[in-house]
Parts: sequence; structure tokens; C-alpha cells
Amino acid sequence: MRRVVVTGIGAVTPLASGAQNTWQKLLAGQSGIKNIDTFDVSDIPAKIAGLVPRGVGDGLFNAEDHVSVKDMKKMDDFIVYGIAAADQALADSGWKPETDEDQENTGVLIGSGIGGLPKISEATELVNNGKTRRVSPFFIPSCLINLVSGQVSIKHGLKGPNHAVVTACSTGAHAIGDASRMIMLGDADVMVAGGAEAAVCRLGMAGFAAARALSTGYNDTPTEASRPWDEGRDGFVMGEGAGCVVLEEYEHAKARGARIYAEVGGYGMSGDAYHITAPAADGNGGFRSMRNALRNAGVNPEDVDYVNAHGTSTPLGDEIELGAVKRLFGDHSSKLSMSSTKSATGHLLGAAGAIEAVFSILAIYEGVVAPTLNLQNPSEACKGMDLVPLEAKQRKVNVALSNSFGFGGTNASLVFKSV
Amino acid sequence: MSDVADRVKKIVVEHLGVEEDKVTENASFIDDLGADSLDTVELVMAFEEEFGCEIPDDAAEKILTVKDAIDFIEKANS
Repeated sequence: MRRVVVTGIGAVTPLASGAQNTWQKLLAGQSGIKNIDTFDVSDIPAKIAGLVPRGVGDGLFNAEDHVSVKDMKKMDDFIVYGIAAADQALADSGWKPETDEDQENTGVLIGSGIGGLPKISEATELVNNGKTRRVSPFFIPSCLINLVSGQVSIKHGLKGPNHAVVTACSTGAHAIGDASRMIMLGDADVMVAGGAEAAVCRLGMAGFAAARALSTGYNDTPTEASRPWDEGRDGFVMGEGAGCVVLEEYEHAKARGARIYAEVGGYGMSGDAYHITAPAADGNGGFRSMRNALRNAGVNPEDVDYVNAHGTSTPLGDEIELGAVKRLFGDHSSKLSMSSTKSATGHLLGAAGAIEAVFSILAIYEGVVAPTLNLQNPSEACKGMDLVPLEAKQRKVNVALSNSFGFGGTNASLVFKSV
Repeated sequence: MSDVADRVKKIVVEHLGVEEDKVTENASFIDDLGADSLDTVELVMAFEEEFGCEIPDDAAEKILTVKDAIDFIEKANS
């Protein structure tokens, strides 16, 4: 089977625009979670979110750097974020396909958990108020999930496989895993893969709040709200943004002298077959997803140095994932480091697996693991584990595992290896 | 230039993201100003909004240039 490596990374997150900008803030222990001031939340119990910092300047997100004002109305924010992360990853990789052959061998697979919820709400309001004729001709393509891949392919002339994943909070990980398989099987030599999300709107907040999934106890201290494994955790915090990687067949990358961050070592999937929103109580889904990824990578549990956990800061999910990790890694679970970067970014839903893949890749490339913020009072089950509380930690990482679990009981785990 | 012509021109500049001097009366939305079929649908909606008139689909199909739009609106509003 052909080997697949990562040669470019891009991220638009609540911490910053840019993978390195985000990474530096993450390592410095900063949080991207703040009070929502862009729409009314007076009647919604959760009033905070991880919002992409917008503006002009280093690390700030300026949509016009990536999309013209004319085209902006043709896409909801998740598409704009996805295009930006793809632009960054492609620029970082130095891959600029110009011949027909190169363009046809380069594909795009960027997913989203929810797609254009804000535009759907706006258009619904028009229709319900008798203004059907005011619905924009761009409404449908502005909110379709696969239009991130579509727009990126149009912008960069990428004529290989054009695909999208929709698996709730596992989307980003599934997209990267599926794209790596396309390269392994010879469908493409290069794939731009990742996830994008921008569902922090009244409808999105109301929906997740109704499912009792969101943190509501830290509205006055937003940076403390996302606290995976901490006794005081009370739900996840919504986030928005996008993550993308450029995946490339190993010989292809070597031949053009590309910088190689890491290898996509393995990919595992599983289904809980249990409940629409709650993870299976015995952690069996996550366990099998991780086990399958390690098997696919051909690595033993004791080879894993770092786990980027799904760790959303919900009372139920965090402990179940911890239990699955302990069961899989046995004695080695006290030797690896595991952190949840959602403590700093919030939960980017369909983009989470993509930005967390970027953080796992950078852990390998730079030999440092990102912290779990707000982990001041670890629950009893955390005993004996290094959950990288509060501060980043230098450590050599040869093998990293990144977990993503989604509503519907859909699980994905990615293994990255140093090259 | 009439008031209607000014307003039509402004809408075209805003919606198609083109330079003002390119928006001559004879300019075709698709051939000269880079619009696609969805852009023209949106332009017609913007004209309806601005001038408070309804432009039926069969009439909209015949609005191909800046002048076509001005003529239709002036006629509809007279």
C-alpha cells in the first residue's frame, strides 16, 4: 500500500487564523472562548462560544484575504473558513498544481458536521414571512456541506476526487482518514482534507442547549468553561473554524523536496450502535476505534506517546473515553500524555477532528504537547495519568493518536507517526 | 443620467463587484460584467427591492444589459 504523509497544515480557530498562530497561543495556555456578542443570547442558557477572532493583522481572520466581497454572499461562514484553512495548508505545502495531470491527481475532501445553519435560519425566516421571492439564488450552494470542497477545487483548480464527509463531531477525522485511503488506493497523489464549521448562531446554540450538551455554569468566566476531566465540568462549549491538511503520497512529496510533518500511520473507525447522542457507557465504540487505528498503523499500544482526546468537557463523555484509553493501553496509560485541546478552542464539531489532527501532527514535528486548560481538580478516574494540566509539556512524540466521536455513535481515530 | 440609471448602476457595481466605469448602459451583465446566471437572478431581486416593483420571470429573462434594466424599471414606475 502507498504511504501517505502530511506536507501542509492550515487552521482557522477561536485562538487565531493560521496553524502556527493557533499553535503558539495553544502552547501559551490561552483560551479562545468568550461571551457571544454577535447575536442575542438572552433567551439561551449557554451564552459563550469559541469565536474566530476577526480583523486585520497578524493572527486575526480577515475573510477578504481569501474570498472576494462579491463571492462572500454565495457562501455561509463555514465555507469561508474552510477555504481559508485550505488556502493556508496549500501555501504551507508549496504544492501548486498547474498541469492537467497534476490538477487531476489532486483532490479535495473537506466535511462539515452541520453546514450552513445560519443561512438556513435566515432563509427560513424569509419564507415564513411570505417573502419567498427574496430567497437568494445562492442560498442552496451557500449552505451545502460539499460546497467547501467544491469552492476549494474551483479556486485552486483541483480536479481529482471531490468529496465531503458528514459525521457530526467525527467529520474532520473521517475526512483526513478517508482522504488518506484515496491516496493509498491510487485515486489521487495529493488530497486537501479537513473539516469546517460555523454553527454558532441562535438556532445552533438553541439546539445544542436543548440537548443539554452545553456548559451553562461559566457564562461569567468563559475561559474557564471548557474543563475536560475536571470535577467542575458541565458540558461542552461551541466553537467555530476549520482545519485542513495537505496529504501526499510519500514518494511524490520526496520527489519535490516537500517538508514532511508526519506520516498518516493508521486510521480506525467504529460505530456504537447504542444511542443518538450519548456514548456507549462501556466506551466500547471509542475503544474499538482506537484499537482499529493502531492495528491499521501496525503499532503497539506502548508505542503511542500522545493522545489528543475527544475530551469535550461533558460529565459523561470524558470519563468514558478515559476508561477506554485505560483499557486499551493498560500499564502504558500512565506513560503516555493525553490532553484535550478543546479546553482552549471549544468544540469545533465537524472541524474538531481536523484541527486536532493538526495539533497532533505539530506535537510530533515540534516535540511538545498542548495542555488541558482548567484541569484543576481532576476526577478520581484521572489518577496516575498525565493529562497535561494547565501547561504545555516538552516531550518527544513519535506516535500520536487523535480521537473524534460523534452523535449517532460514529467514532474515528487517526494515528500519526514521525518520519 | 436619470435617477433610475444612477441607482441601477450602483446596484450593479455592488452586486457584481465591478469597476463603476465598466457599467455603461450597453454593458451586458454576462458578456461584459462577468455575471453568471445566478448573479443575474440576484441582480433582478436587488432591482425589485430597490424600486419596489415586481419583475416577472419572463420579463427578467429579457433584462440582459444595464439599459434593459433601466428601461424596464422606468416603464414599470411610470
